[in-house]
Amino acid sequence: MTISLTDLEVGQEIGRSSLDVTRLDLVKYAGASGDFNPIHWNESFARGVDLPGVIAHGMFTMGAAVQAVTDWIGDPAAVIDYQTRFTRPVVVEDTTARPGSAGAVIGVVGVVGAVDPDNSTARIDLTVSAGGQKVLVKAQAVVRIW
Amino acid sequence: MTINPDLQGRSYPAGEVYTVGREKIREFAQAVKATHPSHFDPEAARALGHRDVVAPPTFAIIIAQRADAQLINDPEAGIDFTRVVHADQRFIHHRPIIAGDELVAELHVDQVRAMGGGAMITTRAEISTVEGEKTATTTSSILVRGEEQ
Repeated sequence: MTISLTDLEVGQEIGRSSLDVTRLDLVKYAGASGDFNPIHWNESFARGVDLPGVIAHGMFTMGAAVQAVTDWIGDPAAVIDYQTRFTRPVVVEDTTARPGSAGAVIGVVGVVGAVDPDNSTARIDLTVSAGGQKVLVKAQAVVRIW
Repeated sequence: MTINPDLQGRSYPAGEVYTVGREKIREFAQAVKATHPSHFDPEAARALGHRDVVAPPTFAIIIAQRADAQLINDPEAGIDFTRVVHADQRFIHHRPIIAGDELVAELHVDQVRAMGGGAMITTRAEISTVEGEKTATTTSSILVRGEEQ
């Protein structure tokens, strides 16, 4: 896919996705990342430290959300800067009794936030929500466009 | 337990070398539900000009959190890991991370701020290859919640 900077307009949508998340996904992320904090897989532990339940790793949500950008630009190496603030935990419900259903659903929408012709970059702003509320704030990826 | 305010300005030198494995990139990519072929297929990565499979944009968190562990596990720091909440995160990539890279990270504690009964701690990991090529700069703020937060 070839994307040209001159074709981009601020506000233009570049992609959207909806991700089903289960506790198994959090266990996989824990293993892949090395972050074994029990708040991400142990309900009683999470409640014991005053959380509403098992919550997704912020880095899981951040990592999953950027796929909309990678898929659009066509090369993960084009993402040269990516940041976010984690404002609200994503609570992932226990779905043991409902196999195949999601414990949480994360919605991602990416739009062009800025275009910088001098540096051949564009900033993509991601709106990331779960349960009708934003979970990431200032989620921004800067992509280099050759 | 209180956070040691003298942590600000502290640095931890580059520790063990982290060798980026092709299977680890695949595993991490799957774990963040990434499907781009360049994470999985060396041929697809080479077609984009990369030596081998390419890490997803947040892969460097593995190396950054290993560096952070030096601080979190430092008994002088006074951090209760179970009360840590991730507040913000940034990755600046100087070049992509590719399977086969041998990386090291130097950790800097940029800021420590008291917040309620806890503290907000901002760290920066400067990740480079063992040859000294700058690879990524990651910054991370963690909130260590006080007992009443």
